[in-house]
Amino acid sequence: MYDNPLTKRQTLTQEVKFSARGVNVFYGDSHAIKGVDVDIEDKTVTAFIGPSGCGKSTFLRCLNRMNDTIDVCRVEGRITLDGEDIYDPRVDPVQLRARVGMVFQKPNPFPKSIYDNVAYGPKIHGMARSRAELDEIVERALRRGAIWDEVKDRLDAPGTGLSGGQQQRLCIARAVATEPEVLLMDEPCSALDPIATAQVEELIDELRQDYSVVIVTHSMQQAARVSQKTAFFHLGNLVEFGETGQIFTNPRDPRTESYITGRIG
Amino acid sequence: MPLFWLVLIVLGLAVAGYVAGRGRALRLAGGDSRVLHSLPSYYGAHVALLTLVPAFAILCLWVLIQPLVIENRISAKLPETAIAESSTRALVMSDVRRVAEGLDVAVAAGAMTADEAAHMRSELTDVRNRLGAVGVALGSDVGPEVLRAAQAYRALAARGHLAMTLVVLTAALGGAGLGIARSRADFRARNVVETAVRYLLIFAATVAILTTIGIVLSLVFNTIEFFKLYPARDFFFGTTWAPSFGGGSELGILPLLWGTFYISLIALAVAVPIGLFAAVYLSEYASGHTRAIAKPLIEVLAGIPTIVYGLFALLTVGPLLIRVFGADGVGIMQAGTAVMTAGLVMGIMLIPFVSSLSDDIINAVPQSMRDGSLGLGATRSETVKQVVLPAALPGIVGAILLAASRAIGETMIVVLGAGAAARLSMNPFDAMTTVTAKIVSQLTGDADFASPEALVAFALGMTLFVITLGLNVFALYIVRKYREQYE
Ligand SMILES: Nc1ncnc2c1ncn2[C@@H]1O[C@H](COP(=O)(O)OP(=O)(O)OP(=O)(O)O)[C@@H](O)[C@H]1O
Ligand SMILES: [Mg+2]
Repeated sequence: MYDNPLTKRQTLTQEVKFSARGVNVFYGDSHAIKGVDVDIEDKTVTAFIGPSGCGKSTFLRCLNRMNDTIDVCRVEGRITLDGEDIYDPRVDPVQLRARVGMVFQKPNPFPKSIYDNVAYGPKIHGMARSRAELDEIVERALRRGAIWDEVKDRLDAPGTGLSGGQQQRLCIARAVATEPEVLLMDEPCSALDPIATAQVEELIDELRQDYSVVIVTHSMQQAARVSQKTAFFHLGNLVEFGETGQIFTNPRDPRTESYITGRIG
Repeated sequence: MPLFWLVLIVLGLAVAGYVAGRGRALRLAGGDSRVLHSLPSYYGAHVALLTLVPAFAILCLWVLIQPLVIENRISAKLPETAIAESSTRALVMSDVRRVAEGLDVAVAAGAMTADEAAHMRSELTDVRNRLGAVGVALGSDVGPEVLRAAQAYRALAARGHLAMTLVVLTAALGGAGLGIARSRADFRARNVVETAVRYLLIFAATVAILTTIGIVLSLVFNTIEFFKLYPARDFFFGTTWAPSFGGGSELGILPLLWGTFYISLIALAVAVPIGLFAAVYLSEYASGHTRAIAKPLIEVLAGIPTIVYGLFALLTVGPLLIRVFGADGVGIMQAGTAVMTAGLVMGIMLIPFVSSLSDDIINAVPQSMRDGSLGLGATRSETVKQVVLPAALPGIVGAILLAASRAIGETMIVVLGAGAAARLSMNPFDAMTTVTAKIVSQLTGDADFASPEALVAFALGMTLFVITLGLNVFALYIVRKYREQYE
């Protein structure tokens, strides 16, 4: 995993993809994540739920070391991907992020054409040997992002000219174009209409065949629909983690129960 | 009453009017400001405005027009005999004004009573001596007509001044009275003040625009004047610059333009990469702490006066270059003053322009863009090259063009660093000069202002102005074009 080119990744078939132990995150003096232990499995959709500001995004960003870009942010504890510590000094965060893709809370297409937005990752990682191959990758990604039909006639138009929901799906397409092993999605459907939401959920289900997906969502229904595992965060603590069915029907912690029934948050 | 006092009195009236208007509005509202249409201070401001604006408008017009009127009247009364002696009516009038001013000075200094000044006769008194005693030197003896005209001039001016004082004070008082009378509870004072603010802003904008137009017109007229004396073809296509104040000069602009262009090119070649890379480092790589120290340090460069850069070029960079490229070294440099010397130093001067502006522009690129790129597994430099810089490009181009117009307009560094020889040469180690430097030298010589050698300065200035304007238009065009592409 250290500096391996993307194409030569070993495909380990370990059950657990990410394993976090005693993770603490600080923003300066404020303690945003408090001693979180969690195992994220391969070929599984894991949902993070919890009230606003409880640290879902923060924890998600620990998994691909996006927190490195925030000066004041400090991460403690051990997080492993396929058994190897991702905070090990030998790990190149750039390679890690190629393996662990991310869709952000707010759509952030580049000020480039739709085509170039999607081709950005594959080009950087040298995934295509010819223009034709690149075209193929872009089309496949846009189809998986459920946006192909809307943009196939204007691939040269700027990505920033799309509507908010289209932009979000473009960002999803952009993230899947690099074929990551794990896809982190931070509220990917918050700007989408029900039809696009259904398409994205379909995509998530399809991705589950090959990848591990972590999704942050404020919609209980969505968490129940798409995920197999659910983690409930509250004030920086991981309160409860388990089978989605069990969390929603038979929560063990009273805080989980109040949240999913709408009494806190 | 001196003008200064008049202004003070009007201001005092305005303050009193403010207090009175505010007080009256409040009183009529029974002390309850909620009943008023506007806040009490707006009623005050309304009265103050009515006091000030008409009074000052009259004052300004009067001060501008009165001398013209008096001049005309006195000039019309001057007898032909007075003019015959001297050359023209205008020259005699300037004598009259000078004597009148001299009498004023004498009275103010106490060397003469007001009565004496008004009724003195040149046949009886030696006016030139009396005025000379208080420091007013006159070119010749004062004839009786001129003295009488000067006395009439003074009398008219005094009367005009008195009338002005009365009119202005009446206007101020009238305005205040009207304002106070209008200060009733339902009066829309706030809207009046709003209108006044709008006109104030329009006035400021107009002054700025008119000044610009004035400057351009003066350039244009003098340039036309120049082209009447010197063929435009020779000016624009001549390859020799050899002014000689005895006449028969060759005034080709090409060597100067080439110098300007060459020096600016070297300056930009230094400033753009260094400034841009420094900006990228500061905004993308440096920690907040480093940035807080480094950015002001770079900006100090922008605060150094250009004459200091000029000294730096002359005393440090020039000798340094000559040691390497001069006769003892490579042997292609004759003297310390050269295009390279001025270009390098000007480049250093421009670094903060490029870096500071680019830094602001790069910072304005939203963090989410960078996150998006980094999240896809791009390195920082890939992110900068492929996402941040393209997004910031229009602004950066603007910054570079701004630096370019600075370089084109720079004078001091050229005068001290590049030498004064106008020549067309490819060797960057030759001395050359620029358009700006030559404008200075053409106007600081003691040439007659009507000669082509002096007027050429305006043609040079005009050319420079057109070039800079073109550069700005081009910058706007680039910015627009990329904006369309990226939004
Ligand atoms: N860049 C930052 N600097 C300082 N504090 C931060 C930063 N980002 C997040 N925080 C703090 O960390 C805590 C967790 O934030 P986080 O963004 O992870 O919440 P969240 O669960 O994703 O909320 P939401 O559902 O509203 O997106 C919050 O208290 C927030 O104020
Ligand atoms: Mg969040």
